[in-house]
Amino acid sequence: MTATTNNKVKLATAWMGGCAGCHMSLLDIDERIIDLIGLVDIVYSPIADVKIFPQGVDVTLVEGAVANEDHVKLAYEIRERSKIVISFGDCAVTGNVPSMRNKLKIDDVLTAVYAEGPGKAPRGNEPEEIMPVLIPKVLPLHQVIPVDIYLPGCPPDPERIWAAVTALLRGEPVALPVEMRNFG
Amino acid sequence: MSEVLTLTIDGKLVSARSDVSLLTAIKDQGIHVPTLCHLQGLSERGGCRLCIVEIEGSPKLFASCVTPIQEGMVIKTNTERVQKYRKMMVELLLAERNHICAVCVMNGHCELQSLAAELGVDHVRYDYLCPDLPMDASHERNVMDHNRCVLCSRCNRVCDEVEGAHCLDTMGRGINCRVIAGMNQPWGTARSCTACGKCVQVCPTGALFKKGATVAEMEKQQDFLIWILDGREKKIWRWSL
Repeated sequence: MTATTNNKVKLATAWMGGCAGCHMSLLDIDERIIDLIGLVDIVYSPIADVKIFPQGVDVTLVEGAVANEDHVKLAYEIRERSKIVISFGDCAVTGNVPSMRNKLKIDDVLTAVYAEGPGKAPRGNEPEEIMPVLIPKVLPLHQVIPVDIYLPGCPPDPERIWAAVTALLRGEPVALPVEMRNFG
Repeated sequence: MSEVLTLTIDGKLVSARSDVSLLTAIKDQGIHVPTLCHLQGLSERGGCRLCIVEIEGSPKLFASCVTPIQEGMVIKTNTERVQKYRKMMVELLLAERNHICAVCVMNGHCELQSLAAELGVDHVRYDYLCPDLPMDASHERNVMDHNRCVLCSRCNRVCDEVEGAHCLDTMGRGINCRVIAGMNQPWGTARSCTACGKCVQVCPTGALFKKGATVAEMEKQQDFLIWILDGREKKIWRWSL
């Protein structure tokens, strides 16, 4: 693990098509978060107000499946700018619950959610670019960009996250024991 | 009449009766072999192929549950090649239907889920097929969810061989293969079903579950099979259980 000028590892976390439960679980490492902050700089995260994914990130934890064009764009940026990319939780690893829409056509999804309800149905291609265009199938992250480490679980529990992150910080390969690597 | 044969399993010379399967002989040595369609008490199907082993002198891999023992066989149960294929098979099972563990009644108790963890499947390298499959909730007690089915046929076999009803069976081939009730009708309307629930208990995944169970609530109990069969066939009654 290379250190930055202030000797800290640059850690990013990203949130795509997921429920934020994996981020909750990350915060759930309790007081160890203080140890973590001593070792890493969080350079991009939903819990840090940073708008643009920075260059030269050491490790990025990606929560959520790739469900729309914004996610695809962010995934490419993450890969280009991160040394190690971790699929963080089942949505990133398998597609999980967001991928349950894959059996439907995009139009059917939008119709069911919006058009059959009150108001005007957004199509995701409006000129204002408010809503990103949904991609035809929700994909696990590794089907969009190469992924280095998989951290399954819905959410991965704090012990699992801690085991993976501390192994990385020690410069060791992440080898989770069998009870820490199941889906679900 | 069975005789005693000698074979080599993982470098160790062992004896086994000629009327047991290779899987049984391997397990008798205390060696763990992953299985999914196999269940003690039911006939062997050889469908999941997870119990594959290498036999010296053959380039093929053999499903040990349906391979008879021969004198002088040299078996390797856990080579890199075997591990590679086992992992691949679990990944293909996960890709074929909608095994969304997080929202499954069997989350935490599922045999497919624990096999994936055991075999080191931390992601699936194949495209998920995400098929549009139905769920049959017409039965008064149980639900059949084709999204979770791995076609191990344990339900078919227990229904036929132990309950004697043969209400459940399988139709179609390849990707169109489905477990069916009666003459491919809603389960609740199949008169051959005795509602005994054995199929639910032997199902390794959340494909068959008790009505009313929600996420991670379903646990299955499979030891009833040995109580019934030991009583029926050997007149051994396990009252204390």
